[in-house]
Amino acid sequence: MSIKRIFGCGVFAWLLMMTPAWAATKDKTSTADHTQFKQLQKDFQTGPEVTAACLECHTEASKQLEKTTHWTWQFDHMNGQKLGKREVVNSFCGSVASNEPRCTSCHIGYDWTDMRKDHPAGTNVDCLVCHDTTGIYKKLPAGAGHPKYGPELDLKKIAQNVGETSRANCGACHFYGGGGDGVKHGDLDSSLVNPPKELDVHMSKDGANFTCATCHNPKGHDVPGSRFETTAKDTKGIDIASADYKDHATCESCHGMTPHKSEAKLNDHTDKVACQTCHIPEFARGGVPTKMWWDWSQGGKMKDGKPYAIKDDHGHDIYNSKKGDFKLAENVIPEYAWFDGKMRYTLRSEKIDDANPPVPINTFGGSYDDPNARIWPFKVMRGKQPYDKELKTFLVNHVFGKDDTSFWTNFDWQKALTAGTEYAGQPYSGHYGFVETTYHWPQTHMVAPKSDALRCDDCHAKDGRLAGLNGFYMPRRDQSDVLDMLGFIMIGLTGTGVAVHGVLRLVLRRKDKKEG
Amino acid sequence: MTRVLMYKRFERFWHWSQAALVLALAFTGFNIHGTFTVLSYEQASEVHTTLLWALLGLWAFAIFWHFTTGEWKNYIPTTEKMAEVFRFYTIGIFKGEEHPYEKTPEKKLNPVQRIAYLGLKLVLNPGLIISGLLYLFYNQWPEIVTQILTLEIVALVHTAFAFFMVSFVILHVYLITTGHTVGAHLKAMVTGYEDIHDKTPAE
Repeated sequence: MSIKRIFGCGVFAWLLMMTPAWAATKDKTSTADHTQFKQLQKDFQTGPEVTAACLECHTEASKQLEKTTHWTWQFDHMNGQKLGKREVVNSFCGSVASNEPRCTSCHIGYDWTDMRKDHPAGTNVDCLVCHDTTGIYKKLPAGAGHPKYGPELDLKKIAQNVGETSRANCGACHFYGGGGDGVKHGDLDSSLVNPPKELDVHMSKDGANFTCATCHNPKGHDVPGSRFETTAKDTKGIDIASADYKDHATCESCHGMTPHKSEAKLNDHTDKVACQTCHIPEFARGGVPTKMWWDWSQGGKMKDGKPYAIKDDHGHDIYNSKKGDFKLAENVIPEYAWFDGKMRYTLRSEKIDDANPPVPINTFGGSYDDPNARIWPFKVMRGKQPYDKELKTFLVNHVFGKDDTSFWTNFDWQKALTAGTEYAGQPYSGHYGFVETTYHWPQTHMVAPKSDALRCDDCHAKDGRLAGLNGFYMPRRDQSDVLDMLGFIMIGLTGTGVAVHGVLRLVLRRKDKKEG
Repeated sequence: MTRVLMYKRFERFWHWSQAALVLALAFTGFNIHGTFTVLSYEQASEVHTTLLWALLGLWAFAIFWHFTTGEWKNYIPTTEKMAEVFRFYTIGIFKGEEHPYEKTPEKKLNPVQRIAYLGLKLVLNPGLIISGLLYLFYNQWPEIVTQILTLEIVALVHTAFAFFMVSFVILHVYLITTGHTVGAHLKAMVTGYEDIHDKTPAE
């Protein structure tokens, strides 16, 4: 082999090593090569222009999306409540209304600047945020869904390289909910873009290399799986290929209700214990902390007349004049509760019981006796947020905007709450206070390898993880004190009886022998 | 005095392996219960279940043996000499009196033992096993059972029987020492052989 050839092989090998990222994203199974489409051979200036080109072939896409929660941010719950981002109050940034360009930077469309008005889909749909495979396309934090246009954003290249959604596509919004990486969910953060197997067996490249859509497989752009209506227990069995559409957004849709092969006793738990309870031993495990406490009442403090921030050792805010006090945590042990999957929210139209804090932002049903409920793990977000002390309702906080009322510009609660409620058409007495709240987030991602799953003794113990749950008998955790007392009295009496008998035998027989 | 084979080879095997199993079941069982936590719940429950199957296997052989050999007749209760045996254990034993019951390989159990072991075999053992199996298979209960029982009831019944079993074992172990000599009964159950009184023609 000549030196040249060896060198040539080396260069070739180097090229091979340098291109796996590109090679991995190229979809070899698609029947369409988007670089060849005339519609995409244009120098696009804006996102909606690209969408218009997409719709020339994908004629139904916008119509499909317009009906989904991703577009409407509304969710008609089976319990009659109207939920969705547009409606609910949360304990992170508060409410979307009056803060649109900031919040709707994560909307699946463009230009949603006033949610009080109709916002038709059409070319307002943002195809690229979900279908970009180049990683170049990024929405601006406060651009009402638009990216930063300019020479560095090659929309032609992006449009010609569209493909199926990846973890990074979904994560661009879902990993950053609540204003930053990992803030909101606990089980969703940027560590899941390329997770090690210990973090998520399904999404790791060393594991099953799932994308989000592997489980949340959409039907006509409608993505299954909801935290408003969670399938707390899926007894339909393992999905077998059929002509009917089936979503895979539950563990059971692939694993069934009897997934444990070598330890059959574990299958006796699946009727009452969610898979997630044992298989997600902790959340926020990927090195990204999640917010556990957000106290808005501390917002607005000034140092030398200026807003300021205090950071922890890792560079995360633990105080910010714009937002208040924070507590962050990693590797958090979840809290556990019976959960029937049906979330009920405390909406802005409902009275809260401020005399008995914390006020739950969401509640749910479930008990041992409910056949559809199981024990689920939760991140419980806690904090303090503004409410109307007279009308006893949560308030809308107008935080964002370069105007004379927004909190982040003016640091005046009265102005911000007055403007927010007025915008949302909500009555406000003018007397605000702060009330402590809880917000339950069911945990379902970051599934650990089975070797890291909880062991029997994590729960079957006096002070185990399920110590706070009641309504059922759990071995080792539970005993009847009366029965135990009676039992040990009986054993004690038996022992004493034979001891006395034995001693008497010893003493009396000896006496006999002596006398004899 | 004559030396006779009181306990046959299988009988001794059955006795001693059952003794070991019962002690191990009690140890693992009270670990599961949480009375003590020498073993983890995981270890205790796994071993407890394995021992259960071993015990049931042993019993299958033992029951077969009892019926094919006629040994089951040893457990037919009788009131004959019942009062005398009671008197012996409460009074006579302290005076160095002879045991009023004449033990033979065909009738090796005295009237008190007959009642005690019949109770063990018909009440205590089945009670433990039935409640234990219900406990183990509570997820497979037919609906008719779920309407009557809860896991808590089954667990507490099982625990109650376990307390009785422990008391039984204490009593049993003590009574081993009440032979001609302190070690006589134990020796008989190990070797199988025991010295019994010769029957005189006059009797």
